[in-house]
Amino acid sequence: MREISLHLLDIAENSVAAGARNISISMKEDLLHDILEASVTDDGKGMTAEQAARVLDPFVTSRTTRKVGLGLPLLKAAAEACQGGLELFSEPGKGTRVVVNFQHSHIDRMPVGDLPGTILSLVIAYPSIHWVFNYLMVLPGGKGSEFCFDDSLIKETLDGVSLTEPDILRFLREMLEEGVASVRNGWEEKGFIQDTVLA
Amino acid sequence: MSPVKSLDELKRLREEAIQKRNARATFGNAQVIVGMGTCGIAAGARETMKAILGMIEKDNLNDIVVTQTGCIGLCEREPIVQVVVGGGPKVTYGKVTPQVAEKILKEHVVGGNVLKEHVIEM
Repeated sequence: MREISLHLLDIAENSVAAGARNISISMKEDLLHDILEASVTDDGKGMTAEQAARVLDPFVTSRTTRKVGLGLPLLKAAAEACQGGLELFSEPGKGTRVVVNFQHSHIDRMPVGDLPGTILSLVIAYPSIHWVFNYLMVLPGGKGSEFCFDDSLIKETLDGVSLTEPDILRFLREMLEEGVASVRNGWEEKGFIQDTVLA
Repeated sequence: MSPVKSLDELKRLREEAIQKRNARATFGNAQVIVGMGTCGIAAGARETMKAILGMIEKDNLNDIVVTQTGCIGLCEREPIVQVVVGGGPKVTYGKVTPQVAEKILKEHVVGGNVLKEHVIEM
């Protein structure tokens, strides 16, 4: 799992399994405060405090009644190795929110990775779920740029036409790629951030 | 919304899609299910999914429903892709790299021939 966006994909799958109807994924690269923060918020069935503690335990086996894997424990360890951490907020019947942060400039911080590919995969695979994606970048001087994606207007406009119609698929893919690129706006070339994002 | 992509463009694409759909004879659709549990993601399932979506877009493949599933307990065979064409049986493929995914789309989903060498007997 060499990309943060792959971990976000993994966590979002948990939200789907929890029966969420609305899932929101956010990514923030704050170069001013040297923090990279990502979160996945859902309105699924949620967990008790005891279950929440268990899902962060790497020694939980597949013999528990919950489907737990190494996704969350590995992400938590990776964040802590970068002066960061992972927090999980959950309430039964309400939903769950996972927030992970890293020191942005830390030498061991894994790349953001292919965000458009991750979001597109989720939107296509689970069309009955309302997906929201926010990507914010704050530069050292404090200036910021943001991309907000909310699939409800798109689905309303499509009014029954499938997202996997080839032309619609292209539209969605390009929208996500252009949106993410507009936030990053060539800052890699200008030396503000060193990262490999779009594969 | 991104400043480049507009709702008007989407509305136009919608109209074209409906026209194309009405002009086509319906052969029944195909369902492609990509395993996206933690084991699948770690094995590269997202790239497999991207290859499937890429081929649908590039080759203008219609009536294919693409969805995901969680871990089905065959972690060492991930990425796993299951295919159902028309009223046929569900075929499970293992170790589906992006290249194998494209072959499956071309030969099984479009061509109707199961790729026996990649099938996992369930």
